[in-house]
Amino acid sequence: MSTETAPATVSASKATARDAIKENLREYGLVLALIAIMIFFQFTTNGVLFKPVNLTNLILQNSYIIVMALGMLLVIVAGHIDLSVGSVAGFIGAVAAVLMVDYGFHPFLAGLVCIGVGAVIGGAQGYFIAYMKIPSFIVTLAGMLVFKGLALWLLGGRSVGPFQAEFQMLSAGFIPDPIGPWTIAGVKLHATTLVIAILIVAAMLWSALKSRASRESHGYDAEPYGFFVVKNLVMAGIVLFLLYMLASYRGLPNVLIVMGVLIALFVFVTKRMTFGRRIYAMGGNVKAAALSGINTERLTFYIFAIMGALAALAGLIFAARLNMATPKAGQGFELDVIAAVFIGGASALGGIGQVTGAVIGAFIMGVMNNGMSIMGINIDWQQVIKGLVLLGAVAFDLYNKKKA
Amino acid sequence: MDDIILEMRDITKTFPGVKALENVNLKVKRGDIHAICGENGAGKSTLMKVLSGVYPFGSYEGDIRYEGEECRFNGIHDSERRGIVIIHQELALVPMLSIAENMFLGNEQATGGIIDWNQVRRRARELLRKVGLREDPDTLITNIGTGKQQLVEIAKALAKDVKLLILDEPTASLSERDSQALLDLLREFKAQGMTSIMISHKLNEIKRIADKITVIRDGRSIETMDKADITEDRIVTSMVGRTLENRYPHRDPKIGETIFEVRNWSVHHPIHPERQVIRNVDLHVKKGEVVGIAGLMGAGRTEFAMSVFGRAWGANITGEVFLHGRKADTSSVGKAVAAGLAYATEDRKVYGLNLIDHIKHNVTIANLPGVSSSAGVIDDMAELKVANDYRKKTNIRSSSVYQVTGNLSGGNQQKVVLSKWLFSNPDVLILDEPTRGIDVGAKYEIYTIINKLADEGKGILVISSEMPELLGICDRIYVLNEGRIVGEMAAADASQEKIMRAIMRSLDREEKLEGAAS
Repeated sequence: MSTETAPATVSASKATARDAIKENLREYGLVLALIAIMIFFQFTTNGVLFKPVNLTNLILQNSYIIVMALGMLLVIVAGHIDLSVGSVAGFIGAVAAVLMVDYGFHPFLAGLVCIGVGAVIGGAQGYFIAYMKIPSFIVTLAGMLVFKGLALWLLGGRSVGPFQAEFQMLSAGFIPDPIGPWTIAGVKLHATTLVIAILIVAAMLWSALKSRASRESHGYDAEPYGFFVVKNLVMAGIVLFLLYMLASYRGLPNVLIVMGVLIALFVFVTKRMTFGRRIYAMGGNVKAAALSGINTERLTFYIFAIMGALAALAGLIFAARLNMATPKAGQGFELDVIAAVFIGGASALGGIGQVTGAVIGAFIMGVMNNGMSIMGINIDWQQVIKGLVLLGAVAFDLYNKKKA
Repeated sequence: MDDIILEMRDITKTFPGVKALENVNLKVKRGDIHAICGENGAGKSTLMKVLSGVYPFGSYEGDIRYEGEECRFNGIHDSERRGIVIIHQELALVPMLSIAENMFLGNEQATGGIIDWNQVRRRARELLRKVGLREDPDTLITNIGTGKQQLVEIAKALAKDVKLLILDEPTASLSERDSQALLDLLREFKAQGMTSIMISHKLNEIKRIADKITVIRDGRSIETMDKADITEDRIVTSMVGRTLENRYPHRDPKIGETIFEVRNWSVHHPIHPERQVIRNVDLHVKKGEVVGIAGLMGAGRTEFAMSVFGRAWGANITGEVFLHGRKADTSSVGKAVAAGLAYATEDRKVYGLNLIDHIKHNVTIANLPGVSSSAGVIDDMAELKVANDYRKKTNIRSSSVYQVTGNLSGGNQQKVVLSKWLFSNPDVLILDEPTRGIDVGAKYEIYTIINKLADEGKGILVISSEMPELLGICDRIYVLNEGRIVGEMAAADASQEKIMRAIMRSLDREEKLEGAAS
C-alpha cells in the first residue's frame, strides 16, 4: 500500500565515528590517495620527492593549474565546460608582455589590466552561453581557437621577455623574513613561515572548535569527540609538516599566498554563500532552479567571467615563471585543469563537486608529473599513465556511488 | 458467434503502492471501432501499454487472447509483429528527419543494412496516399502541422501491416477540421476490415464513430455499451459515478477580500506562436479561499499557471496580474516570488527538486536571503533550523534533513516542494497537481497542509485532474477548456457531472463556431 521507503526518523541518536567517516569518505579518500601517491614516489625517487626544494617546486609548478581549477570547478558544477582557459591564459601572458616589455607599464597596473581583460573575455563567452543558449562546449572551443590565434598574432611569433624583477617575484619570489632566520637543531629555518604556520594551525583548530560548539549549542549532534580530535590533529600535523619543509628551504613562495587566499575564498563562496549555493542548485536541476526564482542566465554569465579572470591570473603566473611570453604558452592547460576537477570528484552532469577536491585533484596530477619526471619516465608513458589514472578515478567514484 | 479479434481477461497491474488496473475485461470485435473512455488517471493508457507489451508479460496478471491465441508480449516489437500498433498521445516522430524516414524508422527498407531509398519513397508515397496526406515524403516533420503529423503516424502504422490500430487521444491537439478528416479515415479503414481501439475524452466524437464503448473508472472496467445504447448522459454517469469516502479533511472557510486576480490573460505557444493556448482568462482568488481549476489534459491549466508565474512558459503573453488589488510585476520568476506568488509544479522531478541534493538545501533555495546575511553569507545553523522546522511541519519522513531528495518517496518529495514554497512565505500559492502519483495517506496530509494555509489567510489555487479532489478541498471551481474559462461554480453546487457538462458544452459550441467559420 504505502510507497514510503524512507526509514523512520532516527534524529536523536548519536552519530558514530563510522557514520562520520562514511559521510565524508570521498574527501578523506582523496586526501589518502594523494598521501599514498606521494609516499609511493618518495620511495621510487629515492627520497627526492619530499626534499624541501622539490616540495617548493611542486607548488610553483602547479600553481597556475590550481588557480584555474578553482574557476573550472564552478563551471563544471554549473553543468558547463570551458575549453578556452589554456588559450586565454596564453593570450593574457602575451598581453602582459606587450604591456610591460614593449610599453613599460608598471607590473601592478599591467596585472590589473590583464585580469580585467580576462574577465571581459570570460564574460563575453558567458554571454553567448547564458543568453544565446549556445552550448558551452562550442562557445569555448571557438574561444580556444580565437585566443590561441590572437596570442600568436600579438607576439608575431617571437618570445617576449624578460619582465621587470617585481613581476618575476609573483612566481619566483618568497616572502621576506624580517624576524629570522632561526636555527633549530642545526637546520636553518625561515622564521616568518614558521610563525605563519602556527597561526594557520591555531586558526584552523579555533574555527573547528567554534563550529562544533555552535552546533551543540543549537542542539544538533556533532561528530563523536574522539573522531573530531583525531581528524583535526591529523590535519594540523599535515599542515605543520608541509610548512616546516618549506621553511627549511626558502620559506613561503609568494604564489602560495595568492593560491591560499583564493582557495579559502572559493571554499567560503561555495560552502557558505548564496552565490555558491545557487550554482549547485542550477547544476543539479536548471529548470527547478529557474522556477525557484534564480536568475540562471546571470549566474552563468558571472561564472564564466570569474573563470576568465582566473585564467588571466594563471597566464600572469605562468609568464612570470618562464620570465617571458611565448606563443606556445598555455597550450593543453585546459586538459590538466579539467582532469584535476574530475579527479577531484566533480560530476560531469553538474551539481556535484568540491573546491578542496579540485585542489587535491590538481596536486595528484602534479605529484605524478613531478614523480614520474624524477624517475625518468618518458613523456609518452607519463601521458598514458595520467590518462588511465583519470579514467580509473572517475570509474572508481561511479562504482562507489552505485554501491551506496 | 461474434468474431472476436482481441480479448483481455482479468487484467490486474500494480505499481508500487498503487493498483492501476484491477480485473479489467475488454472484448473487441473484428472490424469494429471500439472506444475506451474514462477520466484522467483511470487506467486507459496503462491498459494499452499492457496490451502492446510496453509492460511485458509477467509484470501484470490476466490473459490476453489475440486472434484466438494467448499472447505473451515481451516488448513493443512482439506486439507489432502481430499487427498491433499503438499511436501515443505524444507523437513519437523525430522532428529533423523527413516524413519517409520517420515512417520507416526501425522498419527500414534495407537489405544488408543498406537503405533502398527508391523503395522507401515509393512505399511512402503509396501509404501517404492511403491516409490522404498530400506531402512530399522528403519534407521534414518539423515543417508540417500536428494534424498532418498524426496522419504520418498512421501511415507509419500501416507500413507495419497493422491489423489492430490503437489511438490514444488522437484528436486531443487537432483542430476540428483535422479531427474530422482523421475520423473519416478511421471509418474508411473500418470499411477495409481494420479494427481500431480509440481512447478519447470527446464524447461527441465517440458517439459519432464508435461501434462499442468500454468505460474504465479507477482501474476497473465498468461496462461496455453497444452503439444503440450510447448516450452522453450514460457515459458521463458511468465515468464519474464512484462512491466517495471521507477522504478530505474538514475545514470551515473564512474567506476575506480578493487577494489575487488575473485579468484578460492570453498566452501563445512558445514554439508555434500562431497557436493561442490561453484565451482571455479572468479569475480571482480571495483571502483564505481554496480555488480549483478543473479541466481535461491539454486544457491549458499548467500553461496558464506557469505563464502567470514569472512568464516561465509561453510567448506573446498579455494580461494583468493583481495582488492585494495592486498591479503586480510578475515578468520574471524572481519578481513573481518577490510579489508574493509561489508555484509548486506538476512535475516535481523535472521542475521542482534538485534530486541530487538533500532536503535542507532544497527547502531554502527559493528564499536563500531568509537564512543569510545581507552580504549573502548563509547562516548554517539558521538554515538547519528552518529545514528541521519544515520537516516537522509538513511531516517529511526521512532519516534527517541531510537525506538526498532523489531517494524520497513521491509523497515526501511533494512535501519538500511544498516546504520550499511555504518558506518563501507567499500570499498566493498555485499548486499544480499537488497529489499526483502519491498514495492516499500522503494525499490526506497534503490536504491538511492546504487547509492550514487557507486558515492562515493565504489564497490557494489548485490545479487537479482528479475532480473528486477538487470537489473535496475547494471552495470554488473554475472549469478551463481549450484555454478558456468555460464555467465557474461554488464547490457546494458543483458535481463531477456539472464539470463534465461544462466541458462538453464548450466543445460543442467550439465545433459549431468552427463549422460556421469554414
